Amino acid sequence: MIEYLVTKHSYWFYIILIMMGFYGMMVKNNLMKKLIGMNIFQWSIILFFISIGAKKGATIPIIETHGVLNQAVRAADYINPLPHVLMLTAIVVGVATTGIALALLIIIYQNYGTLEEDEIIEALKK
Amino acid sequence: MTTVHFPALIVVTPLIASFIVFAVGWFDRRYCFPLVIGALTACLIFAAGLAAAVLDNGNPLHYHLGSWPPPWGIEYVVDHLNVLILLAIAVIALLSAIYSRSMAAREFPQAKLPQLYTLYLLQVTGLFGITITGDVFNLYVLLEIASFSAYAMIAMGERGAAFAAFRYMIFGTIGACSYMLGVGYLYILTGSLNMADLNQLLPALYQSKALLAGFSLLLVGIAIKMALFPVHTWLPDSYTLAPSSVSVLLAPLSTKVGAYVLIRILLSVFNAPFYTSLYPAAPVLGWIAAAGVLFAAFLAIAQSDLKRMLCYLIVCEIGYIVIGVSSSNRLGLTGALLHLVNDMFMMACLFAVTGIIYAHARTRNIYELRNLHRTLPLTMAVFVTGALAVIGVPPLCGFFSKWYLVLGAIQAQQWFFVFVILMSSLLNTVLFFRIIEQVYFPPRESIPAEHAHHDTPFRLDPVPMGELIPAACLACFLILLGFFSNMLITRFISRAIPGTF
Amino acid sequence: MATVYSPLPLYAVLAPLSGAVLILVTGNKRPNLREAWTLLAALAQCTFVYAMLSPVLRGSVIEYSLVTIYRDTAFMFRVDAFGMVFALLSSFLWVIVSIYSIGYMRSLQEHAQTRYFCCFALALMGAVGVALAGNLLTLFMFYEILTISTFPLVVHKETPEAMKAGQKYLIYLMTGAVFILFSMGCVYYISGTMDFAAGGILTGKGSPQILKVILVCFMIGFGSKAALMPLHEWLPSAMVALTPVSALLHAVAVVKAGVFCVLRVILYVFGPALLKQLNVWAALLYIVSFTVIAANIIALTQDNLKRRLAFSTISSLAMIILGACLLNADSTRGAILYIPFHGFMKITLFMCSGAIFLKTGKKLVSELDGIGRQMPLTMAAFSIAAAGLVGIPPACGFISKWYLCIGAYQSHETWFLVVFLISSLLDAAYLFPIVYNAFFKKSDSEQPLVSEAPLLIVIPLALTALFSILFFFSPDLIFNFYNLAGCVVYSLAWGI
Repeated sequence: MIEYLVTKHSYWFYIILIMMGFYGMMVKNNLMKKLIGMNIFQWSIILFFISIGAKKGATIPIIETHGVLNQAVRAADYINPLPHVLMLTAIVVGVATTGIALALLIIIYQNYGTLEEDEIIEALKK
Repeated sequence: MTTVHFPALIVVTPLIASFIVFAVGWFDRRYCFPLVIGALTACLIFAAGLAAAVLDNGNPLHYHLGSWPPPWGIEYVVDHLNVLILLAIAVIALLSAIYSRSMAAREFPQAKLPQLYTLYLLQVTGLFGITITGDVFNLYVLLEIASFSAYAMIAMGERGAAFAAFRYMIFGTIGACSYMLGVGYLYILTGSLNMADLNQLLPALYQSKALLAGFSLLLVGIAIKMALFPVHTWLPDSYTLAPSSVSVLLAPLSTKVGAYVLIRILLSVFNAPFYTSLYPAAPVLGWIAAAGVLFAAFLAIAQSDLKRMLCYLIVCEIGYIVIGVSSSNRLGLTGALLHLVNDMFMMACLFAVTGIIYAHARTRNIYELRNLHRTLPLTMAVFVTGALAVIGVPPLCGFFSKWYLVLGAIQAQQWFFVFVILMSSLLNTVLFFRIIEQVYFPPRESIPAEHAHHDTPFRLDPVPMGELIPAACLACFLILLGFFSNMLITRFISRAIPGTF
Repeated sequence: MATVYSPLPLYAVLAPLSGAVLILVTGNKRPNLREAWTLLAALAQCTFVYAMLSPVLRGSVIEYSLVTIYRDTAFMFRVDAFGMVFALLSSFLWVIVSIYSIGYMRSLQEHAQTRYFCCFALALMGAVGVALAGNLLTLFMFYEILTISTFPLVVHKETPEAMKAGQKYLIYLMTGAVFILFSMGCVYYISGTMDFAAGGILTGKGSPQILKVILVCFMIGFGSKAALMPLHEWLPSAMVALTPVSALLHAVAVVKAGVFCVLRVILYVFGPALLKQLNVWAALLYIVSFTVIAANIIALTQDNLKRRLAFSTISSLAMIILGACLLNADSTRGAILYIPFHGFMKITLFMCSGAIFLKTGKKLVSELDGIGRQMPLTMAAFSIAAAGLVGIPPACGFISKWYLCIGAYQSHETWFLVVFLISSLLDAAYLFPIVYNAFFKKSDSEQPLVSEAPLLIVIPLALTALFSILFFFSPDLIFNFYNLAGCVVYSLAWGI
């Protein structure tokens, strides 16, 4: 059991972060806190992905030009760049989401004067 | 005409057009609408060209973006499954755009129109992209493009719309991130993101628990996006409070494209033994969907707001599609795919009519719609056509998809699903005849004296032609789809279902 | 059995559809033109149906396929002798009731006449479509069209009572439609086809359990439209509709369509041979005979004339089903003959009640004393039709009752013979007092004397009463009902 926790410690870290973000989104009353929870949720998933590209004893994935001509490239020497690339896209998506969310929060604040969810629901019922 | 680049053009055209509309909108707002119509007409031509090419060829078309071969590059695949949906999206998007011209002019100040159209085109880009892509991560990106535009467009609506859009955003992001996690698990296990490639690589890994986790995450994400019970709660508020010109685009298309993603994952990425015999995912989906159908049908009856009722009806129809998918036999899948296409048109028709009614009568409350058939005869006739299609009266299209769904459930020996489908037809009858009664046969006391003893002559509806004609076209499509359902099935749908079924 | 391919069935169904569209377009501005469209469409439909009579009498079957739905299933028409009986009945009576409706609506200056005539045309399209349908799918489509187009006719008056009746109508019939859809799906699933064939298509397919379930679901589904007890409640409530609607639709077209479909299922989907093997049969027979007697007894207690006639209709329909259920040649012949004969007689009774309401405003039986002196033609027609229902010659009801009783006797179950005779007695018990009171009692002296109803109303009811007598002397008059019934029995392989 301890060995299970120790060898996969990074995954536990990501899962705890994801759940923290999830908790923020679900439980918190203030819309800004929900947004922050959403951000934590998204970035921790991205963190999880980036971590899967890591390899033991590998270096950054930039191939020197004269190196290619002389010998074959051993993939095990370079960390996997593909998750990084994919996660760049995901980060952009996350940034766009945050942007739209902030715009929505500004409109909501202008309309209702508050960012507390229960107060907004009360205001809407009237 | 060579259709080689059409797969890419159909996604790129609305994307670039949206930027051009935004730029042009800075200078002269009058050019925005023609640009939108031009872009969507071009997309319709591309979709028609692709359909002709697929029907001629018989084989799927593969398009490699940037000429990078899969699995390194992103691939767009047009096969019998998605070409029909591409056509449907193109037709409905064009009709909705025509519809939105006068509707949006009423709902928004002139200054906001370029922004609306920009988002509109981005949404259409996302929808086309989701349908045509053959790469699971590319699907995530385009799914998010579609979702963002939806969030922003919904927020432009009535009082409470921004809040509803925010809640939709929170929920939708959970769904999209869950989908991304699922895709990530698939990548970790196989190293590939291409759907066809995954189909080859995954069977060796079917016993792996990580794959089960990834599959479940995928399903949860897709379920949230397509508003399957019980994660549908974002839908009623957001689609009801959205502006009419926006909901006529979103309501028919977004959730159905989500259902298409489910079918694509289950048919093209995973093989049937994985989710029928190895893990009971198909029966579980079926039971959830059946519960959703009944729940949504009952809740729809409880609504007095016409648009909210239609939103619950969307959840009900998605339930049908998932029941068809879960029966995992050829008849059920035929029913599911046919219902997907039919429901796009049915919902577009009904939401268009609701928009016209709201603009004219300034109310969406069913009990205040008395005698509307005197002032809006054609609109209400279109509504009755849509209602009969949803109930499932032949020869309208809804009957045929329900027929196949019932046959599929009988073949799968799932008698409860048969009961659910038939019971919900009855509930839909109650739902719509309630409204038809209020409109056509209101209680006698409420008829004003001058109408009591003679009928008013027929006058065309005092609504702009730009709204009436798309609604009438959609009603005609309902009838045509009914008569041509056999052609749709033999030429598209039966070839879309893999031979193993 | 030769098959003829001809688009005549399609024309027979398109005639009322085009009539409905033309009526809608003409609207209220030119009522005479609108009425002309109704009559033209009715006559056109009658002509097309009649044109199909001679090939069918020679034993061939007219087929016409519309649109293929899935591999071998299509929307198709298949006109055989059984369908011809119902089609001839509906289309001819539409002509008669159209004339009656015109007179009735104009005398009462009813509202929403365009909607009325348009929906009437659509309903007749549904009825004749049901008659001419070649498989369960087409039958179901026209059945649904019939239900939906008659809904505005039931709620025509738009009073709360009418709306309640309309809701009840819709709920009963749409629930029935759901059961039919389920049974259709099962039939298609176990046998791969939905076409009708004399002698049934289900022999040898499927286990007895599933066949019994399908049969029960069909009976519930079609039985709700045929007003079998306990699914009959919508029919007396629907009497709140206008009299021409009650006359044609609820005595002839809608409920007869239900009975027609029940007989189709019994004779052409299941087939007599298969049914004898399923032992749920006896239970069904007893339920139906219970309906015959119970409906007649309830009719005795009704004071509202139209409700009394409604329960009488329920009883007669159950008799038709009972005759077919007895599964021998004579009773089937009697049942099939009773379909048109009862139609003519019942429509006479309803039209008379409408004429009385028109002139005096009276709806209750107890108020009808002495009306015969003032409206002799109307009450004479009423008496002829009443005599026919009881089964007294020289009205045509005698012929059909005769065959039904012979068939009951041959089935060696004397209970059913008793049922038929008791129902005749009960018919007399609630119809003859009306006749007696009308002619031989003094009318209430405070009421003003009325005269005969307008010509447009009296001529149709006199015509149908005349036909009721003529059919006794020559059951093949014009429509060849007797020969058609013979053809049906022959095709079911029992020999004439």
